[in-house]
Amino acid sequence: MARFASLVDSLGGTPLVGLPRLSPSADVRLWAKLEDRNPTGSIKDRAALYMVEAAERDGRLVPGTTLLEPTSGNTGISLAMVARQRGYRLICVMPENTSTERRQLLEMYGARIVNSPAAGGSNQAVAMAKEMVAQDPDLVMLYQYGNEANARAHYEGTGPEILADLPTITHFVAGLGTTGTLMGAGRYLREKVPSIQIVAAEPRYGELVYGLRNIDEGFVPELYDDTVLSTRFSVGPRDALRRTRELVDCEGIFAGISTGAILHAALGMADKALAAGVPADIALIVCDGGWKYLSTGAYAGTLAEAEEALEGQLWA
Amino acid sequence: MAIEVRIPTILRTHTDGAKTVQGSGDTLSALVDDLDAQHSGLKGRLLTDEGALHRFVNVYVNDEDVRFTGALDTTLKDGDSVTILPAVAGGSPARPGAVLGG
Repeated sequence: MARFASLVDSLGGTPLVGLPRLSPSADVRLWAKLEDRNPTGSIKDRAALYMVEAAERDGRLVPGTTLLEPTSGNTGISLAMVARQRGYRLICVMPENTSTERRQLLEMYGARIVNSPAAGGSNQAVAMAKEMVAQDPDLVMLYQYGNEANARAHYEGTGPEILADLPTITHFVAGLGTTGTLMGAGRYLREKVPSIQIVAAEPRYGELVYGLRNIDEGFVPELYDDTVLSTRFSVGPRDALRRTRELVDCEGIFAGISTGAILHAALGMADKALAAGVPADIALIVCDGGWKYLSTGAYAGTLAEAEEALEGQLWA
Repeated sequence: MAIEVRIPTILRTHTDGAKTVQGSGDTLSALVDDLDAQHSGLKGRLLTDEGALHRFVNVYVNDEDVRFTGALDTTLKDGDSVTILPAVAGGSPARPGAVLGG
């Protein structure tokens, strides 16, 4: 079906496309789930809509309610679109050095932006949002890092869609941020295909990004349950950029940089399967398109230049 | 046997500011002991009083999270690369530039 009552009704049902040129053999195949084909162009539309609808059912949201969320990226853009359609206001708490594209998109959708200090990064944006909500009972924080509806969007949507399209699936590879995609789709796929490998690809940023004052300021999302995962890889900017470019060069898919990190982990699993001589059908997530990252320099010049341009930035 | 260990900024007070140090050990546990002998106090920052990996410390051997490869019993071999990182909420950019994620 290609006709929908409104934009949000077109959520999900994204294509799963083969990657014949990047797949190492006829028996070890890679498949990409194109989550950029969602209403605002990223996988976060799924979580945003689920979280809003769950809060509506609970009676936490009524027309005019103000939502507050710590986010500097895709979740904010998704929430802003849904909020605008349904008559809610949205405040995004984000580090003050967030890119112009993000700010412009959020403002276009009518969101208000509250800056948190750059030096404190996302951790401080989360802390600041929690503080603001504690002080003002009229604010509603859906809180993507701990909201079960985030994972449920993938348990009920992403996971079943992938299995329906790829019943022979052996591996599922996705990015690790809020952990919602991996927890939700991972749990579903594990229940249906007990032998499946659930693989997390976690972006590893430049060292400036890890500038906590002490270890106890660290953060693990409340949704995270490591028993869902088979393994977890840390992928640095060089590998992520290289794979992002390979995806365009070989398969024509123009994706964001986090997708490059996911592809890197997926190719690692493909190599292992090939070496072991076992067939594999590896599904991986394309989180979003590359448009919002053009200004980072990720797609221009040599890999070394692009890597240097990304230093100190959150690229996933 | 030489294993390169990448130390995060927050723990470099123990390594005289060195970003990478060399260590040895057949397992991650042995490596941590060796590192602590060279860089006093490091073990106390990585492990809890009960001797488990600190909740907010992630350790990777050749980019794979050790919590999925046997934790402190993860075996090591010459030439392996170990990375230690604090757990953060999608990172914390510390200089002007774009924040892209989350």
